[in-house]
Amino acid sequence: MLEIKNLHVKLEEEEKQILKGVDLTVEDGKVHAIMGPNGSGKSTLSYVLSGRDGYEVTDGSATLDGEDLLEMEPEERAAAGVFLAFQYPVEIPGVGNMTFLRTAVNAQRKARGEDELSAADFLKEVRAKAKSLKIDADMLKRPVNVGFSGGEKKRNEILQMAMLEPKMCILDETDSGLDVDAMKLVAEGVNALRDEGRGFLVITHYQRLLDHIKPDVVHIMADGKIVKTGGPDLALEVENNGYADILAEVN
Amino acid sequence: MAALDQTQVKEGVDQETVDAVREVGTYKYGWETDIEMEYAPKGVNPDIVRLISEKNEEPEWMTEWRLAAFERWTQMDEPNWAMVSYPKIDFQDQYYYARPKSMEEKPKSLDEVDPKLLATYEKLGIPLKEQMILAGVEGAEDAPAEGRKVAVDAVFDSVSVGTTFQKELKQAGVIFCSISEAIREHPELVKKYLGSVVPVSDNFYATLNSAVFSDGSFVYIPPGVRCPMELSTYFRINAENTGQFERTLIIADKGSYVSYLEGCTAPQRDTAQLHAAVVEIIIEEDAEVKYSTVQNWFPGDENGKGGIYNFVTKRADCRGDRSKVMWTQVETGSAVTWKYPSCILRGEESQGEFYSIAIANNYQQADTGTKMVHLGKNTKSRIVSKGISAGKAQNTYRGLVSMHPKAKDSRNYTQCDSLLIGDKCGAHTVPYIEVKNNSSRVEHEATTSKVDDDQLFYCRQRGMDEEEAVALVVNGFCKDVLQALPMEFAMEAQQLVAISLEGSVG
Repeated sequence: MLEIKNLHVKLEEEEKQILKGVDLTVEDGKVHAIMGPNGSGKSTLSYVLSGRDGYEVTDGSATLDGEDLLEMEPEERAAAGVFLAFQYPVEIPGVGNMTFLRTAVNAQRKARGEDELSAADFLKEVRAKAKSLKIDADMLKRPVNVGFSGGEKKRNEILQMAMLEPKMCILDETDSGLDVDAMKLVAEGVNALRDEGRGFLVITHYQRLLDHIKPDVVHIMADGKIVKTGGPDLALEVENNGYADILAEVN
Repeated sequence: MAALDQTQVKEGVDQETVDAVREVGTYKYGWETDIEMEYAPKGVNPDIVRLISEKNEEPEWMTEWRLAAFERWTQMDEPNWAMVSYPKIDFQDQYYYARPKSMEEKPKSLDEVDPKLLATYEKLGIPLKEQMILAGVEGAEDAPAEGRKVAVDAVFDSVSVGTTFQKELKQAGVIFCSISEAIREHPELVKKYLGSVVPVSDNFYATLNSAVFSDGSFVYIPPGVRCPMELSTYFRINAENTGQFERTLIIADKGSYVSYLEGCTAPQRDTAQLHAAVVEIIIEEDAEVKYSTVQNWFPGDENGKGGIYNFVTKRADCRGDRSKVMWTQVETGSAVTWKYPSCILRGEESQGEFYSIAIANNYQQADTGTKMVHLGKNTKSRIVSKGISAGKAQNTYRGLVSMHPKAKDSRNYTQCDSLLIGDKCGAHTVPYIEVKNNSSRVEHEATTSKVDDDQLFYCRQRGMDEEEAVALVVNGFCKDVLQALPMEFAMEAQQLVAISLEGSVG
C-alpha cells in the first residue's frame, strides 16, 4: 500500500513550491488515476516517489507498505517495488535491450537477497512476456530505446514492468504520443499485470487511456494538490466539461 | 538457435562485469610479490648496456647494436609535444635490469618453485599448467592441458620467465619465445627484422628501449600457417624503481595469420615507474595480424600519486600486398600514457585498423591515438577511438592519416568519440590529415558527450546502483571496440572499464 501524507515539494535549485500538501493512499490491487491540467504537479509527484534528483521534500511523507520511500536511494525504491513507466523513456546507445533488462532484474533480485535468474530462465520469461506485447526478437536486441518509435518505447516500458513485477506501478502519461492501436496494446499489457497485490497510479491528461485501463478511483490534481476525488465517472466529467468547471467548483 | 546462444553469452558477460565491480576493490593488481631479486646497479651507461646483453647471453652483433642505440640516445631530447605533464624523469635513478633470483636454476617440480612466484601467476588468473610451465618446471609441457588454449609468455620485471605450449606451436612451425632466446636461437630472423619497422633512432623512448631492452616476446609465423592458438604475453612490473623495457617482434610471413594478446599489470606504489616498450610487426603478402592489448598498469592513486609512465612505440608494417593488421587496445591504467600504435600501409590493397578505448580517471593523463600511413595503392584504414574521461583526468586523441602521392584510390574512415563523466575532466581531439593525391578519400567524424543524469536515473529506477549504471552506459559507449576484441579479452576489458571508473560519480 502506497501512502502519501501532506507531501510538500519544492525545486532544489529555485524557490518554487510544486506540491503543496498531497494526500493519497493507493491500496493493493487498486488502480488510481490522477488527472489534471498542465503544470499541476502530476509528473513531479511521480519523480519524487521514484527518487529523481532536483527536488526537495519540505514536509510530509511517502511510504510503501510502511517503509519510508523518501529516505531511500532510487535503486532501493525500485527493489522495494516502485516502478515508474517514464513519459519519455531514455535512450542508452550500445546497450542491448535484453542486457539492460537482465541487469535490472538481477540487480533487484540481488538487493532483495534472491538468487539471480539463470540465462535460460530469463530468456524464456522475456520471450513469453515480449510476445504478448508484440515485441519481436529484433527489438529485444536493439540498444535500449534507440531509434524506437513512440509506441515501441511505451511497450518497452511495459515489458520492463512485466519483468520486474513491481508492487507499485506509476505510469506517467503513458498514453502520450500513442495512436489508438498502440494505446490498446499498452493497456492490455497493463491490465494483464493487474493483481490483488499490486497497486497502480496512472497519470494522464486524457480520459481515453482510462477507457482501456479502468480505474477504481480518479483524482483531480491542480496547483500541487488533489482537489477532487471520485469514481470512474469523474474522468468522464473531465472529458465532457474540461477542468475549468471542476476547478471553479473547488475554488 | 545461433542467435539465442549468442545472446546468452553476451548476457553472461555483462553480469560478470557487474559482479566484478562489486567484488573488486579499486586496483585489483596492486599487490606486490616479495621475491628475492637480482638487480643491476642503478642508472644507465655503456657498462649497464653491456651487462644486460651479457646477462641475456647475446652475441657480439647484438651488443654492438645496443651500444650504437645508447650512443644515439645520449644525443636525443625527451619529446614534449604531447598533452601530458609530469615531473622530470631522472633516467639515472632507475634500475634497468631486475630478475627473480629463483630463475638462476631450473626447478624440477612445482614444489621447488618459489611459491610466491606461483601465487603471482594465480592472482593474474593464469591456469595451473601454464603456471608450471612459466615457473620453468621440467616436463610441464607434457602435463595434460586444461580447457582453453592460449600460449602465454610471461615477462616478470625485466625477464621472460617462460613460454607455454612451445611444443604444439613448434609442430605448426610457429616460433613463439622470448626475444632473448630468439636472439640466441634465430639470429638470422632477428637480424633481418629487428629495428626494421621502428628504427633505432625513431624517438627518444624507442632509442632508449633499443639500448636497454631486457626481454620481450618473439613470434614468427611461417608462410601459409594459421597459428593454431592465440598467443599472449603477460607483462608485470614487480620490483620497485625498475623500468621495464620490453621488446616485441612479430613476423607474419606470406599468407599467415596470428592473433596476439598482451596484458599488463603492476603493483600499487607511491613512486612513478617507467615503462618504455617497443613493438614491431612485419606483415608479408596476404598475411594478417591481430594485436590486442589490455593495459592495466597501476594508474596512481586517487590523488595522483605513483603510477606507471607508459611511453610506448608500436608499429606494424604491412609490407606485402593485401596484408592486414588490426590493433585493438583497451587502455585503463598508467598515470601517463603516450602511445600511438601505427600502421604503415606499404603493400597494395593492404589494410590497417585501429580500435581503441582509453579511460582516464582521477589524475590520469592519456595522449593516445594512431598513425595510418598510406603508401600503397588501394590501401584502406579505419580508426575507431573511444575516449572516456572522469575525475580530473585529461584524455587526448592524437591521430595522423597520411595519403602519400602513390597511395592512389586509398580510403580512411575515422570515428572519434569522447565521453565525459563529471565536470572537472577534459577530452581533446587532435587529428592530423595529409593528403598528397587527388583520388583518395578521408572521412573524420568526432563527437563529445556526457554521461547524462537522465540515463543514470533511468537505470537506477530499474534497480541498478550508481556504479552499475555508469558501467552499463560506458560499456554501451565502447561497444564497437569491445566487439573487436577476442572473447576472453572482451570479458576482462568490460570488467576493467567498470572497475577503472569506480568512484567517478557522485
